[in-house]
Amino acid sequence: METTQITSPKASIFQSDALQRILAFAGLIVLFIVFSLASPNFLTLSNVIGILIATAVNGVLALGVTYVIITAGIDLSIGTVMTLSAVMTGVFITFWDLPVWLGVLAGVTTGALCGLANGVMISRMKLPPFIATLGMLNIAKGLALVISGLKPIYFNDDPVFNQISMGSVIGAVIPGFDIPNAVLILFGLAILASLILNKTVLGRYTFALGSNEEAARLSGVNVAAWKTAIYTLCGAFAGIAGVIMAARLNSAQPSLGQGYELDAIAAAVIGGTSLSGGEGTMLGTIIGAFVISTLTNGLRILSVPQEWQTVVTGVIVVLAVYADIIRRRKS
Amino acid sequence: MKLHKIVTVVVSLILVFTLVAGCTPGQKSGGSSGKPYIAVISKGFQHQFWQAVKSGAEKAAKDFNVEITFEGPESESMVDKQVEMVQAALDKKPAALCLAALDSKALIPQLEKAKAANIPVIGFDSGVDSDIPVATAATNNIAAAGLAADKMAELIGGSGEVAVIVHDQTSRTGIDRRDGFLNRIKEKYPNITVVDVQYGGGDHLKSTDLAKAIIQAHPNLKGFFGANEGSIIGVLNAVKELKKEGQIVVIGYDSGKQQMDAIRAGIEAGAITQDPIGIGYKCVEAAVKAIKGEKVEKNIDTGFHWYDKTNIDSPEIKPLLYE
Repeated sequence: METTQITSPKASIFQSDALQRILAFAGLIVLFIVFSLASPNFLTLSNVIGILIATAVNGVLALGVTYVIITAGIDLSIGTVMTLSAVMTGVFITFWDLPVWLGVLAGVTTGALCGLANGVMISRMKLPPFIATLGMLNIAKGLALVISGLKPIYFNDDPVFNQISMGSVIGAVIPGFDIPNAVLILFGLAILASLILNKTVLGRYTFALGSNEEAARLSGVNVAAWKTAIYTLCGAFAGIAGVIMAARLNSAQPSLGQGYELDAIAAAVIGGTSLSGGEGTMLGTIIGAFVISTLTNGLRILSVPQEWQTVVTGVIVVLAVYADIIRRRKS
Repeated sequence: MKLHKIVTVVVSLILVFTLVAGCTPGQKSGGSSGKPYIAVISKGFQHQFWQAVKSGAEKAAKDFNVEITFEGPESESMVDKQVEMVQAALDKKPAALCLAALDSKALIPQLEKAKAANIPVIGFDSGVDSDIPVATAATNNIAAAGLAADKMAELIGGSGEVAVIVHDQTSRTGIDRRDGFLNRIKEKYPNITVVDVQYGGGDHLKSTDLAKAIIQAHPNLKGFFGANEGSIIGVLNAVKELKKEGQIVVIGYDSGKQQMDAIRAGIEAGAITQDPIGIGYKCVEAAVKAIKGEKVEKNIDTGFHWYDKTNIDSPEIKPLLYE
């Protein structure tokens, strides 16, 4: 990929996004302090690892959807595309007895292909992103059920597969420090996603499409092609999330997935990605994902009834978007 | 913009077609082959449990020479969708209707229509608050969860902390299994404290993170009860990930491959199984009797059983389990 110099966007991004990112990060710190004071069982190594691993799936989905949201689009299909990818991984590894790496590749490719289909529907057939990806949500959900035969696919014959998520490369080097691989994958992908967004043409055009699509078109950008590429990338992230989930549960569960897209979008928004497009950072999204999982974990540790946990999460999302609006009004 | 308009028109046409197709179901009443037609509306079709119910219903259809259709909404919270399905099924004028109601009250208007049309209704899996169903074939979930509580008390030695994960707080089975477990603990085992009851929506991944948080919050936890397959798989994953195998007594519900493996490996102490195939079979059997005007027992208890490592492969238990 071609790397290019970024001049003015960087400065403006820093100014406008910095506030919300700091807000989200400060919020995360406050959550940690409050929960640590409220329960001695919150700030333990194993619980923090628990929070990290609980973020892995949602975090990876959120990274992918951040690109799409920056273009002022939306992808509602990532939850069920994730499930379909997990099922395809299962088909390759368990049904067809192919090597694990090929199964992983099949999962990621499935995600990318669904993303590609989304991109074509949106940029060539001119369907609104909301409708196109809503259609894909149902298509992927249905296919996952059909292909799996309505049954979970298990990976019991390939113990290596589970290690993708739950093994610990770090734990093998530093005994006792068993951070699961899924967490490493999340951080690795976050860095990669950030590099793509900030250092490549694709990233630059992502912002360009979100700020002013017409201007981008007039200045000679092949809008349809780049948009398709962005949705494909988002789909590939959903595919990776599918592999991580399947590896953690040691099974592909065909009826899961719906609803995960909303958590991912919420993470991006809490992290300062603007739903009107043109703004967003991967660091913000990761922080947003951690805010959600820390909140859920902490409230559970305190045995807050589930009904109220849902209410609190909703309030946080509304507040985050409101902060975004205020910031916009000021600038 | 022209393309946009065409797309809009095509999409609306498709929508209208599906609507029309949904409203005027095939003229199947009485069955194409002259066999009596029984509409079976379940709570879902995706879960293994419902697949097992379906196979039981199909077996009965074969044995009694009737035609059935088996359908259900995608998730167990879609009460509105089920109401539509029942409505559509009644429009086909079936000889009888078998129904696993998602909500014990919401479907009463449809049941009254069935009664007015002289279509006998047989409930299965869980009942409705109405006299209209001539019979209900179901597991006594309160008693079944009570048995789980007894086993829990026995295995943790009659005292200590236990936690519970249930699939949801509004469905009949969720409420009955939760209350059946909690009430038995309260009545018979004063030294056992239930430290937390949470709901995972039957979602394996969410239930896993949920169970982990509960175990973290209560380091002295001695036992964990999961009220359906998704919940218990979450508990098992949590116990494995926190390396607490053998330190927490895990008791589950229903079956599924992962749960059965865990029981065989000793990570899970045991589980309650219902008889899903029997539920499907007995509701269709009752429907056939009702069509013929024979007397049907009002409450058909389809039974439940405790199984663990020792009897999982026994001839009484094995046919009730599904992978």
